[in-house]
Amino acid sequence: MRGIVFDIAHLLAGSMVLLSFLLLYQNRLYALLNMFALQAFVLALSVAWQAYIQAAPHLYVTAGIALFFKALLIPVALHRMIRRLGIHREVETVVGVGPTMLAGMSLVALSMAVMLQATSNADFLAQEDLAFALAVVLLGLLIMVTRRNAVSQVVGFMSLENGLVLAATGAKGMPLVVEISVAFSVLIAFIVIGIFLFRIRERFDTVDVHALDRFRGERE
Amino acid sequence: MNDFASQLVTAILVIPLFSAATLALLPSYRMGARLNVLATLLGFLAAAGLLFSVRPAPGSYLLVDDLNIVFIVLNTFVGFTTSVFSASYIGHELDHGRLTPAMLRFYHAMYQALMFGMNLALIANNIGLMWVAVEMATLTTVVMVGIYRSHEALEAAWKYFILGSVGIALALFGTILVYMAARPVVGEGLDGMTWTVLISRVREFDPGLLNIAFVFLLLGYGTKVGLAPLHAWLPDAHAEGPTPISAVLSGLLLNVALYAVLRFKLLLAANSGTLTAGPLLVIMGLTSLLFAALMLYRRRDIKRLFAYSSIEHMGIIAFAFGMGGPLANFAGLLHMIMHSLTKSAIFFAVGHIAQVKGTQRIADIRGLTASHPWLGWSLVAGVVAIAGLPPMGVFTSEFLVVSSSFTRAPGLAILLVLGLLIAFGALLARLGSVAFGAPEGGSQPVRASYAPMFLHLGLVLGAGLYLPPPLVAWFRHIADLLGG
Repeated sequence: MRGIVFDIAHLLAGSMVLLSFLLLYQNRLYALLNMFALQAFVLALSVAWQAYIQAAPHLYVTAGIALFFKALLIPVALHRMIRRLGIHREVETVVGVGPTMLAGMSLVALSMAVMLQATSNADFLAQEDLAFALAVVLLGLLIMVTRRNAVSQVVGFMSLENGLVLAATGAKGMPLVVEISVAFSVLIAFIVIGIFLFRIRERFDTVDVHALDRFRGERE
Repeated sequence: MNDFASQLVTAILVIPLFSAATLALLPSYRMGARLNVLATLLGFLAAAGLLFSVRPAPGSYLLVDDLNIVFIVLNTFVGFTTSVFSASYIGHELDHGRLTPAMLRFYHAMYQALMFGMNLALIANNIGLMWVAVEMATLTTVVMVGIYRSHEALEAAWKYFILGSVGIALALFGTILVYMAARPVVGEGLDGMTWTVLISRVREFDPGLLNIAFVFLLLGYGTKVGLAPLHAWLPDAHAEGPTPISAVLSGLLLNVALYAVLRFKLLLAANSGTLTAGPLLVIMGLTSLLFAALMLYRRRDIKRLFAYSSIEHMGIIAFAFGMGGPLANFAGLLHMIMHSLTKSAIFFAVGHIAQVKGTQRIADIRGLTASHPWLGWSLVAGVVAIAGLPPMGVFTSEFLVVSSSFTRAPGLAILLVLGLLIAFGALLARLGSVAFGAPEGGSQPVRASYAPMFLHLGLVLGAGLYLPPPLVAWFRHIADLLGG
C-alpha cells in the first residue's frame, strides 16, 4: 500500500494542513480568500485522487463541488461582496501571529498524537488522512476564534469544513459523502446569500468582540 | 398492518415537506397560518397513529423503535400546539409592522422545514442522515431567529449560526469516526452507518476510536443541547427570535440534539472496552444546572430568563440520563417531556405578554394578574410548574431525579438540590414582580389563543397528580432500554 498511491494522497492532505497554516497568518481579506480558494482546489484534487484509488465515481461529484463551488464561486462572490459593501480589508486578529502559530502547531501535534494512536488498526491511508483532517478541522476552529471580522470567520468555517470533507472521503466506502458535501454547500450558500440579502454592512464592522460584549450585557 | 405503519412514517416526513413547498408559494398569510396548523395537526395524528400500530420493520434509512417514538409524538404534538399559538402571535406582529406578509410566507415555509428536519432526525436509522437532518433543523431556526432583522436579532442569529455550525461540524467528525470504527467489522457502505447494524455489532468495534468519536459527538450535539460550556448561543437565540420559535427551540430542538447524544451513549454502553459516557453527561449536566441557576438572578429580559431556565432543565435531564439505571432514566424521560410542555406553555404566555406590554424587560412588566388575569395566572402556573413546585408534573420528575441520585451518589445529589433551590429562588422572585402588584405597561385586551397554553399546563398538572399505569409501564420499558 505504501507506494505512489499513498505518497500522492499524503502529499495532498499534507498540503491542506500547510495551507491552513497560511490561512492562519493572512492579514488581508483578499489574500485570505485566495488562500482559501487554493485550499479548496487542493481539496478537490485530493478528493479526486481518493475517487480514483477507491474506484468510487460518486466522489468525483464531491470533488466537482469542491472545485466549482468552493474554489471558484464562493471566493468570487465574497470578493465582490467585500468590494460592493466596502468592508474593511484588513483582518483584525485577537491574538498576535506568533502565539497563533504556536497554538496551531500544538493543535497539529495533538491531532497527530491522538489520531495516529487511535486508528492504529486502520490502514495507513485512512490513518494519515484522518490525522491530517483533524488538524485542518482544529486549525479552522483556531482561525474562527482568533478573528474578529465576519468574513474571516466564515473563511475559517469553510476551511474547517474542508477538513471534514477530507476526513469523509478518506474513510473508504463511507455512504452519504456526496449528500453531506451538498448539505455543507447549502449551509455555506446560506451564509453568503444571507449576508447579501440582509445587506448588513455595519455587521462586518461591528462583529467584533466589543460589540458582542455590549450585546451580551442585555439591552438596557 | 405493517404496511399501514410504514405509510404513517412516510406521512410524518412527507406532510411537512409538502407543506413547506406549498406555504412558500401561498401568497395569503391567513391561509398560510391555517395550513400550517393543519399540516402540524396531521403530522401529530400520524405520529399518534404510529404509537398504536405495529412498528414497521427498520429500513436502512428509517427506524421507529420504542425510544424514538416518544420523541416523535412529543415533537409533533408541541409542533402542533405551537403552530396554533403562532397563528395568533403573528397576527399581532403583522398589525404592528414587525413582520410583512412576504416574511410570513417565508416564516411558515421555514416552520414546516424545521418540523421536517426534526422528524427526520428522530426517525433516521442512519447516523449520517441524522446529522444532515439536525443540520437542516439548525439552519431553519437560524434564519427564523434573524427574521426581525434588527441589529440584535442578526447578532443573535450570527452567534447561533457560528456556534451551531461548529457544533455540527464536530458532530460530523464524530460520525465519520464511528463509521471508521464500524468499517473493519461491518464492511463498507451503508451498513457502516445504519444504527440497527451498528448497535448489534458494536461489541467488536475498536474501543479507542469509539471513545474519541463520542467526545466529538458529545461536544457537537451537546452544543445544540445547550450544555454549559457550549451554551452561549442559546439565550440570545431565544430572546431575539419570534416567540413561537423560542418555544420550539426550547421544547423540541434541544430534545432532538439530546436524543442524538443518547443514541451514541447507547452505542458506547454496548461496547465493554470504552469509557462510560455517564459521568461526562453528569458533569456537563450539573455544570449547566448550577451555572444557569446562578445566571437566572441577573436577567433583565423575560425571554432570556426562561432561556437560562431551559439550560438549567437540560442540565437536569442530562444529569438524569448520565446517572443511568432504570429509575434515573425514567425520571429523565419524564422530566424531558414535562419540561417541553411547561416551557413551551410559558413561552406562549410570554409571547402574548411581550406583545401587549410592548417590552421584554422584566422591570417594565408588573401586575399581570390584575391587568390580564388569564395571561397572568397562566404565567404563574407555568412558573410554579417550572420551578418544581407540587402538584405539577415537573415536581414529580425532579423528585424522582433527586431521590434516585441520593441513593447512589449523595454528594452529587446535594449539588443537584442546591442548583434546584437557587433556580427556584430566582424564578419566584422574578414572578412576584411580574405577576403581582400595581399594573404597569400596556393594559389593552389581548387577542390570544389560550387553548395551547391551557392544554400544556393541564397535561403537566395531570401528570403531577396521576400517571396512568400503561404510561408508567411504557416509560419503564424505555428506561430499561437506555441502560446504565
